[in-house]
Amino acid sequence: MAYTETAYTEKILEIKDLSISFQTSAGTVNAIRGVNLDLHRGETLAIVGESGSGKSVTVKSIMGITSKNEHVNHGEILYTYEENGEKVTRNLLSLPRKQIIRHYCGQRIAMVFQDPMTSLNPTMSIGKQVMEGIRKHRKMNRKDAWNEAVNLLTQVGIVNPEHVMKSYAHQLSGGMRQRVVIAIAIGCNPDILICDEPTTALDVTIQARILELIQKLQKQRNLSIIYITHDLGVVAKVANTVAIMYAGKIVEKGTSYEVFYDPKHPYTWGLLSAIPSLDSDGERLYTIPGSPANLLHEVKGDAFAPRNRYALNIDFEEEPPVFKISDTHEASTWLLHPDAPEVHPPIGLQKRIQQTLQEGLFI
Amino acid sequence: MSDVILEVKNLKQYFPAEKGKVVKAVDGVSFKIERGETFGLVGESGSGKSTIGRSVIRLYNPTSGEIYFNNQDISGKLTAAQETELRQKMQMIFQDPMASLNPRKKVIDIVAQGLDVHHLYSSKKEREEKVVQILEKVGLSREHLDRYPHQFSGGQRQRIGIARALILNPDLIIADEAISALDISIQAQVINMMKDIQEQLGTTYLFIAHDLAMVKHISNHIGVLHLGHLVEMGTKDDIFNNPIHPYTQSLLSAIPNPDPIKERNRIATSYDYTTSGIDYNLGTRHYVGDTHMVLATEEELCNWMDWR
Repeated sequence: MAYTETAYTEKILEIKDLSISFQTSAGTVNAIRGVNLDLHRGETLAIVGESGSGKSVTVKSIMGITSKNEHVNHGEILYTYEENGEKVTRNLLSLPRKQIIRHYCGQRIAMVFQDPMTSLNPTMSIGKQVMEGIRKHRKMNRKDAWNEAVNLLTQVGIVNPEHVMKSYAHQLSGGMRQRVVIAIAIGCNPDILICDEPTTALDVTIQARILELIQKLQKQRNLSIIYITHDLGVVAKVANTVAIMYAGKIVEKGTSYEVFYDPKHPYTWGLLSAIPSLDSDGERLYTIPGSPANLLHEVKGDAFAPRNRYALNIDFEEEPPVFKISDTHEASTWLLHPDAPEVHPPIGLQKRIQQTLQEGLFI
Repeated sequence: MSDVILEVKNLKQYFPAEKGKVVKAVDGVSFKIERGETFGLVGESGSGKSTIGRSVIRLYNPTSGEIYFNNQDISGKLTAAQETELRQKMQMIFQDPMASLNPRKKVIDIVAQGLDVHHLYSSKKEREEKVVQILEKVGLSREHLDRYPHQFSGGQRQRIGIARALILNPDLIIADEAISALDISIQAQVINMMKDIQEQLGTTYLFIAHDLAMVKHISNHIGVLHLGHLVEMGTKDDIFNNPIHPYTQSLLSAIPNPDPIKERNRIATSYDYTTSGIDYNLGTRHYVGDTHMVLATEEELCNWMDWR
């Protein structure tokens, strides 16, 4: 492929065979069923999936945000960082909750949530909220913290930081609020920034601004970012690596060029085809039939099989292993097995990819 | 011959705010919708697109302006007969299907409520048959009749919302962000279904959304709203291939594309009303083509046309 990504070598976070279930009144829900993911320093990883696919649960387990009925069946989350000039690797899942909250959550690993109105405290001034983390984790006095907070707000593109410091969340617009949330998140110089649908609640015009801001901060601070989103447009803009999640598993993973221009999993085909492109005209949209898998029931074979137009008999019997396509690209579908019949992506998608690749050569 | 089903003339919807101020949510908007077509309204949050939908269906009392529905003025005080007609012939689909369906009622009662209110059946059997018919149209079946909303997935719930709107056989359906809360794969299903229903029944849609790609996909005509003013309106080709107003241009340039090559070379143009020097109140409606309207002063229009 003509388009390649910069290679990222330094592994900072490694999720290994993570499996999480929830006890509910209706029974056990196996929300995460063996997830493997790596995040490298400076890289942007996007996790894409529908609601209920387990993308939020995965990243929340990194932050140690768990609910009472949640149970980690097995797996490791290895986080490598520098402490006093030495490299340390810790399994975040084996650390006591208190320690995670005190030393990792918010400090080394920070998170930006979807709705800035609910993630900010309506009764606390913005300044107090920005200063809170700095004072606690960086042990600054009030005056230094104030100056630092003003500095942070300036960095996230707020024009009159002193005034905003004294305001409350409801006095700011949605875009401004999300900027404040980002300022709080980067306040303690984290290594990893997790963005859970950071722009879903915002208008398109403001969405572009916020994404550009996050990209700018990433360059300045060499942040590693995990985006969780269902918006493939956002993914195309920001991500180096894309992981597609379905029913608690990662079904396809690769660089963004690989996933967008050479997708291998039928679910990825479906996702890419289901969004109307601006060039397509009034044709019927391609749909993925049925609705997302219910993980209350035990999954036999491939969880996507019942919705898969290209399903083979074996898909209903046995779970597909992970097939490697390149060093960075892998997918778990039986269609990649050497004995599988040759199947091509939907025509509409093929055309679209060809067209952009041709146009892309001239850009 | 064109058959206009809804005509909105100079609609103004003001709301009182604190200290005697008024919020001009919609400020002088005019448009026409022809029977059987889909009219898309786009704009950012706070632009007044939902307010227009709600004024048209008379959830609000318009401050001034006229609304003609099936050639009758429905903007003033409604007579009992008009009200009955309006409540049957115009229906709404809301954004969040969980919030718009009564959690304590079964599907059959939710969908049949319109029938109950307007006494449109003679026996219990007929009522059930009518509901089943509609449910089948939206891809649900008889077995779903006795279930409650929480037993459905998001996409199915939105189908129930659509069934409820369809059961009175309306002429116009106002879909206010009807698919925004759904997953991508489900959005496509619902959009295809809405298109099928339109082909079968000739229903007209007023489709309010902020997802421009989806609006382009489903609409025949599109109106672009900003700060309560309709700044540009035209067929979808007018708007997407030949946008003139700087706000429309910035809106189009901000649409994310599911395509990394295009996306990384895309530069979103920014538009700030306060610094642009444009005053929407001074602008008048100019027709660039037969169908293409831009809100501008003479001078602005010349500039924009030259600039292109």
